[in-house]
Amino acid sequence: MKSQVKKWLIASLLIAGILSLFASSHPDGFEKAGEETGYIETATALLASPFPDYTIPFMDSWVSNSLAGIIGVIITYFLFTTLGKLVGRNTR
Amino acid sequence: MHIPDGILDPKVWVTTAAVSGFVLAKSVKYSKEKMEQRAVPVMGVMSAFIFAAQMINFPVLGAATSGHLIGAALAAILFGFWPATLIMSTVVTIQAIVFQDGGITALGTNILNMAIVAPGVAAIIYKLLERINLPSSVKVFACSWFSVFIVSIVGAVELALSGVVSLELAVKSLAFWHSFIGIGEGIITAVILPFALKSSFGIAMKGGASHEITS
Repeated sequence: MKSQVKKWLIASLLIAGILSLFASSHPDGFEKAGEETGYIETATALLASPFPDYTIPFMDSWVSNSLAGIIGVIITYFLFTTLGKLVGRNTR
Repeated sequence: MHIPDGILDPKVWVTTAAVSGFVLAKSVKYSKEKMEQRAVPVMGVMSAFIFAAQMINFPVLGAATSGHLIGAALAAILFGFWPATLIMSTVVTIQAIVFQDGGITALGTNILNMAIVAPGVAAIIYKLLERINLPSSVKVFACSWFSVFIVSIVGAVELALSGVVSLELAVKSLAFWHSFIGIGEGIITAVILPFALKSSFGIAMKGGASHEITS
């Protein structure tokens, strides 16, 4: 089981770190519909995130996107496993 | 389907946040009773995988539009509805706070859409198709497609209730694009699921969608 988790973690890191560089940068369905109907015009961001739009600020290259993706995978894994330990069934 | 700040009316985002909070409290209660500790790393790595997969925008209709996986159907089929809400909420929350993908005021709405409605629809369709004799990849495709399509309709209703667009226009435009994005969701989910099951991530399966939606 442990080795399988490792395998999927590595796959996730590769997807977020490398495959993501080849992702389409066109607006997604929600943004496109918002352009068509106009609702997207008032869109704003009330919270300044550390890595807005999956980039590392002031780092102007593909490395920025790649690193942001890798960081995201690691944060997601650790946040879920940490919370999961807390809310999971207590067997002791 | 990540709704940013500045679009939804406060009455919409406050209400949807309250509904999400209520459902997630039930999810936590469920996991305290049923989520085995040994399942936690597996669900954790699937959360990470879904986060990664959501970064992969694929082109839609050759037009200047893209779509990406939600992953809610994948999580719901593997682990069942309640764990899927926790997995998807983790992903959606990190996207909003760390990556500014989806607004902070819209977080409750985005959780309702992608972490509750999407896995809920997938789990219900899965249950409905249980007794029908179809290849499992077709069932998985159907669950995934409907999860995306219904979420786009729910999103349209939230936008219309916010008064930023008419319901008809919002449904037309969002459902149109998402009926294509749903095809991507269906294919990706149908391809990934067998690998996840092969990794015996289906410890899950005994508590999978079909079981949990009824309990």
